[in-house]
Amino acid sequence: MSNPSVSIALTGSGGAGVMTAGQMLLTAAARAGCYGLMSRSLGPQIRGGESAALLRLSTAPVDGPDDIFDLLLAFDWGNIDRFAAELPLNENSVVIYDPGQGPVPEVVREPGPRLVQVPLKEIAKGIPGGRENMVGLGLITTLIGLDAASLRQVIEERLGRKGAEAVDTSWQAVEAGAEAATVDGLPRLDQASPAAPGSRWQISGNDAVGLGALRGGVRFVAAYPITPATEILEWMAVNLPKVGGALVQCEDELASVCMALGGSYAGVPSMTATAGPGLALMTEAIGLGVASETPVVIANVMRGGPSTGIPTKSEQSDLNIACYGLHGDAPHIVTAPTSIADCVFTAQWTVYLAEALQCPAILLSDQAMGQAQAVIEKPAEVAFIGRRKVARPADLENYQRYRITADGISPVALPGMPGGQHTADGLEHAPSGTPSTQAAHHQEQLDKRRRKLDRFDYGDHWAIRAGDPEAELALITFGSLTGAARDAVTRCAEAGLPVRLIAPRLLLPVQVERLEAALAGATKLLIVEQNHEAQLRHLLAGHIRLPAVVDSLNRAGPLTIRPGEIVSALTTLAA
Amino acid sequence: MSAIDADTAAPVLKASDYKSDVKPVWCPGCGDFSVLSAITKALAELGIPPHEAVVASGIGCSSRIPAYTTVYGFHSVHGRALPVASGIKLARPELTVLAAGGDGDGFSIGGNHFIHACRRNVDMTYIVMDNAVYGMTKGQASPTTEPDWTASKLTPDGPGISAFQPLEMALSAGAQFIARGFTANPNTLAHLICQAIRHPGFSLVQVLSPCITYRPEQRAYKNRVHQHFGHPEPATDRREAFARLMDDDGFSLGVLYKGSQPVYQPAPAPSATPEEVAAQFAIC
Repeated sequence: MSNPSVSIALTGSGGAGVMTAGQMLLTAAARAGCYGLMSRSLGPQIRGGESAALLRLSTAPVDGPDDIFDLLLAFDWGNIDRFAAELPLNENSVVIYDPGQGPVPEVVREPGPRLVQVPLKEIAKGIPGGRENMVGLGLITTLIGLDAASLRQVIEERLGRKGAEAVDTSWQAVEAGAEAATVDGLPRLDQASPAAPGSRWQISGNDAVGLGALRGGVRFVAAYPITPATEILEWMAVNLPKVGGALVQCEDELASVCMALGGSYAGVPSMTATAGPGLALMTEAIGLGVASETPVVIANVMRGGPSTGIPTKSEQSDLNIACYGLHGDAPHIVTAPTSIADCVFTAQWTVYLAEALQCPAILLSDQAMGQAQAVIEKPAEVAFIGRRKVARPADLENYQRYRITADGISPVALPGMPGGQHTADGLEHAPSGTPSTQAAHHQEQLDKRRRKLDRFDYGDHWAIRAGDPEAELALITFGSLTGAARDAVTRCAEAGLPVRLIAPRLLLPVQVERLEAALAGATKLLIVEQNHEAQLRHLLAGHIRLPAVVDSLNRAGPLTIRPGEIVSALTTLAA
Repeated sequence: MSAIDADTAAPVLKASDYKSDVKPVWCPGCGDFSVLSAITKALAELGIPPHEAVVASGIGCSSRIPAYTTVYGFHSVHGRALPVASGIKLARPELTVLAAGGDGDGFSIGGNHFIHACRRNVDMTYIVMDNAVYGMTKGQASPTTEPDWTASKLTPDGPGISAFQPLEMALSAGAQFIARGFTANPNTLAHLICQAIRHPGFSLVQVLSPCITYRPEQRAYKNRVHQHFGHPEPATDRREAFARLMDDDGFSLGVLYKGSQPVYQPAPAPSATPEEVAAQFAIC
């Protein structure tokens, strides 16, 4: 079954309380037993300015946006032109707006939605201290059939410390909004039933990466703020000390990645988080991590690029730099979580890979996932914790840091271990670690650094797979688009078009054999990605035998690729 | 390493215990040999077991130094010795951490890290072998080169910009131990390095380390150096230290300043498991 859901956009200028209302709506829906996803679209202003809270609520898990918004609630029309393209509407959509805020802009009117006037501000004014966003909340929860008690609970939690009066005022505004809810025909969530306590989480992709890394054993973080990755670092700053770790704010990204390498060399699993411009600065030191075989995790939350690009909006255009950005022959790991929930798992797995393989690992999240909140099933606790192959006493006799081994992994001595002293080096080196310019040493060290990645068993975690594994039509995507791709595959199946979906979590090293096996028998392939240059397609084409017919559905950010577009592309390709 | 018997005194460590058998790439007569010797003497004097010390470096002639010791080392990338060293110390506070390198590495490409390492005041010692030239790339002007030095093909008319003042910068930025040494006498230099390591917080030792290949005129340093920054005792007041620096000719030797700002060391205290931390996301 495709996902029965309701998609709601709340828009307004700074001060309208759009984001607060969105958060409260998501939490209320979660309390009522629904799943949901809330992303946000913000303008460039530092504070205030126009914003949109974009929600999709459902009684089933939600990993991505729908095609259109069922409901647009506009508190005002401030700068609507800037993000109207991110709010697709059609003739089934309902637009509720405040007539006091001027006429409906053409860009909203044009798709032909039902237009409904509700004097939100005036209603709010009728309640001393009442706010329009609370009126809006009452309106929406009533229209979509959300349990009022859930909203009441959220309001009490949020405003309780301001006293009973504040709660009452807000509740009056909610009730006034509910009375104005006279539109019909919207999808409803009446059938939701509350989940068992503790069985569901509300979490952002960025927090989920932080938690996954913490679960994976990261205990040292070197930080430099950058949009849209900062929340990972902020979450870790608060939570890492609770488990005995530490976070340090650095002077720049050159320092943050090098400090993480230092912490890791000292034996503590370490990471940093950044976005495109910061990743570009870090690439030299990531190469040092490759050459010196020092594990480090770099969580990169992708935004519009190149250069400063569009810092607040999503894109998947750092795949090239993540895979190819290092100078020299520098095998390393690149992973990508496939949903907000999967950010927990993939971050933990990435720490595990970096530690096990003594190698830098770049985790590619994106703004659409990182700064969105989801209501999800509580992620399972998985067993693996980053474990380095640490030198044993036998290894420390005539210790060689970069000893040539069958699996390419050399036992590492950590500072404090007598007899393990060595110099970790970015210079090419002999097995002892002594710098060397000899061809034979260069060759054997390059071979070993490649071998350790190639021989490692990544297990079933290398990709998410869905749909019909025997289908002739294949679909490959990655990152936050996996949710839309899943929806598209489900819809195609319902329409009688089988599709196999492969969303690699492990992008580098490219899993040649596994990908070719997963594609065996497929005659046509669609590759879906959020960038202008079809970077994933080129990565795959450079490594694996692709089916005879390959097509791309790729687009730069910030307009996300929606399930309906993927269905259309698949249908066209199948014809 | 011999095992230490609890009933007997720890074996006395000698400077030679800290010297590896790797042959330095340095030119015969390079001042850096003396710095290597001084570091090994200092570690022996302090009795720090080789496996409990780490030297981190960047890139350049002097940055090769970790491999010439028997302590743990990290020879990183150009300009980044201080972040690497900071990460090591912050992750493992019980280790003795040194950062070492040259003037180009520390004050040019690594200049921003130098400022912020002084500010951050992590308990470690930074030894800069200052020869006012990029030696590894065959003799270009560095930040501490005189503006009228014309011997480089890259700046044939001289760099034309005033020389970087490491000690003024360190004092401004908040370093808590600031000293200048010279390579002529490794024992004196070792004593200075001992004091720097012992002093809590970020310590800078600028060592005048002649490059006899590209700056042969630096052989004359020995005639120019003199004891003290105008006073036998280090200043403990920044105003006084600045005043002494204003009268410095660049060849004063000894400890300029000792401060007592608190050391930066986040002190995590485990109080929760990851799953207890994760509970914050649960919807009840």
